[in-house]
Amino acid sequence: MTEFLAKPLIDGNNFLQLLWFFVIALVFAIFLFLDGIDFGVGMATRVLAHNGDERALYMRAIGPHWDGNEVWLITGGGAMFASFPLWYASLFSGYYLLLFIVLVGLILRGVSFEFASHAITERERSVWQWANFAGSVIAPFGLGMMLTSVIQGVPMDAQGNVHAGFFDVVNLLSIVGGVAVVFFSFLHGLHFLSLKLDENTSARMLNTSKKAYWIAYPALVVFVILAFFFTDFYQRRTKSTLLITVVILAATICGHLAANKKRGGFAFLASGVTLAGIIAFIFNGLFPNVMIATDPSKSLAVSAASSSQYTLEIMTIVLCCLLPIVLIYFSWSYFIQRKRLLTDNSPEAIKAALAE
Amino acid sequence: MTVLGLSRFQFAMTTVFHFFFVPLSIGLAFTVAVMETLYVAKRKYIYKRMAQFWGKIFLLSFAVGVVTGIIQEFQFGMNWSNYSRFMGDIFGAPLAIEALLAFFMESTFIGVWMFTWNRFKPGAHVVFIWLTWLGSTVSAIWILAANSFMQNPVGFGINKKTGHAEMTNFAAVVGNPQLWREFPHIATGALMLGGMVVVGMSAFGFMHKNADRAFFTRSIRVGAIIALIGSILVIITGDLQTLEIIKDQPMKFAATEGIYNDLKSPAPWMVVGFMNEGSHTAAGLEIPGMLSLLAFHKLYGGTIQGMNTLNELFKSENGKIIKNGIEHPEISNYYVPANVLFWSFRFMAAVGFAVLILAICVLWFTRASKNTLADSRWKLWVLGVCTYLPFIGTTGGWLITELGRYPWIVYGLQTIADAVSPTATVASLLITNIVYFLLFCLMGGVMIFYSRRVLHQGPEPEDAKTATAGSYVGAHAANRKVALA
Repeated sequence: MTEFLAKPLIDGNNFLQLLWFFVIALVFAIFLFLDGIDFGVGMATRVLAHNGDERALYMRAIGPHWDGNEVWLITGGGAMFASFPLWYASLFSGYYLLLFIVLVGLILRGVSFEFASHAITERERSVWQWANFAGSVIAPFGLGMMLTSVIQGVPMDAQGNVHAGFFDVVNLLSIVGGVAVVFFSFLHGLHFLSLKLDENTSARMLNTSKKAYWIAYPALVVFVILAFFFTDFYQRRTKSTLLITVVILAATICGHLAANKKRGGFAFLASGVTLAGIIAFIFNGLFPNVMIATDPSKSLAVSAASSSQYTLEIMTIVLCCLLPIVLIYFSWSYFIQRKRLLTDNSPEAIKAALAE
Repeated sequence: MTVLGLSRFQFAMTTVFHFFFVPLSIGLAFTVAVMETLYVAKRKYIYKRMAQFWGKIFLLSFAVGVVTGIIQEFQFGMNWSNYSRFMGDIFGAPLAIEALLAFFMESTFIGVWMFTWNRFKPGAHVVFIWLTWLGSTVSAIWILAANSFMQNPVGFGINKKTGHAEMTNFAAVVGNPQLWREFPHIATGALMLGGMVVVGMSAFGFMHKNADRAFFTRSIRVGAIIALIGSILVIITGDLQTLEIIKDQPMKFAATEGIYNDLKSPAPWMVVGFMNEGSHTAAGLEIPGMLSLLAFHKLYGGTIQGMNTLNELFKSENGKIIKNGIEHPEISNYYVPANVLFWSFRFMAAVGFAVLILAICVLWFTRASKNTLADSRWKLWVLGVCTYLPFIGTTGGWLITELGRYPWIVYGLQTIADAVSPTATVASLLITNIVYFLLFCLMGGVMIFYSRRVLHQGPEPEDAKTATAGSYVGAHAANRKVALA
């Protein structure tokens, strides 16, 4: 067993290194799938809601979940720190200001739920609803920019210190990447709301999503073209990159069709797959590196960035024991909140709620 | 203004601010859980109102605690990338486990708890708040496991090829004696803080003209009992932790007591004093023999090493601090900021004893036979102002812990100066420091503002039993019901 674990399998990486590279990709994909909901709902509060009450209702729809969803990001960060400390160090110190902006977005969003529910006047409540909206746009935009700027290759020294200039972070591909993550989060949020709210609102969400999808196609084509020129993904990892591109496109078409047919559940799954697909596209392209340097000899490889074999073993045991338990109660918390929310003062609705 | 100075300031600011809300969340979660358990056990509606009312304050503190915790996690990579490279093999594991084992539990069950008051039987619903409390307490264990390693590195080896520290013994990292002295102290400190905040806020609550006296009397008594037990335990655990520190970090201990020259037993204890950090002398008011009693629990036996001796010792070993054997010839001296440590320690200890006394007084003044507290405004004022007291204690504790390892980031292994991100710039650090500072002020201010308002609005009236159907969306609750279809 130990022999197998230490043996290089693919590109000089042993089983545990491959496993943890996959786990991190998976955690970030789940994060984007779940927090994409919250970001999208946050955006919908300004784009679609008519008044403060409706905004509050949207926020209530994700109220029990947003906090747990965000823990996937914290887990991703922690897991990266534990399994690839050199990656963690290079990435986060290299993208200092961008990450800082993301954090500010997450802070604004994080406190807004609680603060908005304590507001008394309409104006006061509106301040926190704006904070929620701002955070819901800033955070995915920053994360999207970071992810798509990483794949282009950044100036790095032999110690792994990233000296990213302004145009390494802010360029055509990274802006398109940021916008794409924001846009697909928005669709994803609409689909989630269509599952959580009453029929009329639900139809309105899917109608908007149906129209918005027409922007998605040109955006995706542009993204693929830019990725072809800005990265070496299609040259270096042709088959897998093409496969993932096809999956993303297919998911987008499926989402559009489902939204057209008013099938909120399918649309939700499809938009989630698109978001997770973005992560898959990026991680697949990065491999066997975790950071691509403009000078290829200085790129940080998975095998070089990883923790010691011992730490990886410990972390694998911990993961295998804890993740199933987490997944069980995490899904359960969604299950018990599965009922739709109504804005209604009618005696029947109150009676129904009382009967709970 | 240097990158190092600004990074240190940012870390200190975030830690201290974050650590206002962590013990507050843990302590209030416990208090609320106790109240809800009383409701389950006694079936008296007042306990449910208490749990819901103090639950609002708990949720506010939780919200601020969560967002500041995110900064904390990413800060290691952003500002201390060389530290992350050197230490990640060991430091990352507790952080990841913390997320998996504790954060998920905490965040999931707090969401469930908030929104299911009418959907589960009381006996089941109370489990969610206990799980939330458990999650936050377990998360403290893991973050302190990481911190304890920085104070007292164990279970590791240095990889000769990369120069990075690597974990060799996970059990040793988790079994770090520092951790099992630090954690009980912090866990019980959190209970003390949570109880004291309920006491202090109840005191302010009494002063409001339409105060529900029965409600606040019962709240203040529950709070006082928790604060009393918490303060006794925090004093005991603090004492145990000190015994550990005398062994592992004698310089930290010497600084908290302002000792420059070796003391033979019976050693005197300096109650108040001033350290001249330039000439390495101290002067102050002393009680003979007291320090030996405090430090060793006996008058004779045991010499206490002073900072001058320790500094010479560490220097002569060329930075090879005791067991780790790594040389650090670049360090010219090992003195820690003595005045800050000395006074932090005194404030922290004073807070522990003050809460103990206050809690006893509250229980005495609110005794069933003669409850006079609510009519004595000065007493209420004193208690109210003391809401803020335990926060001074927690800050003092962190200052001692973190400044006491100067100049090390990991004791004996890596210096703070070596740990900072090489790519960080003064400009970016300045921007982030200012924005964080403003955000912290804003969040702290709003938190206090809303807590006060919750208090002034008072608990829901007794006859509100039937009005709580559904969940409220926003403020004008009566008009804004959300029903579950």
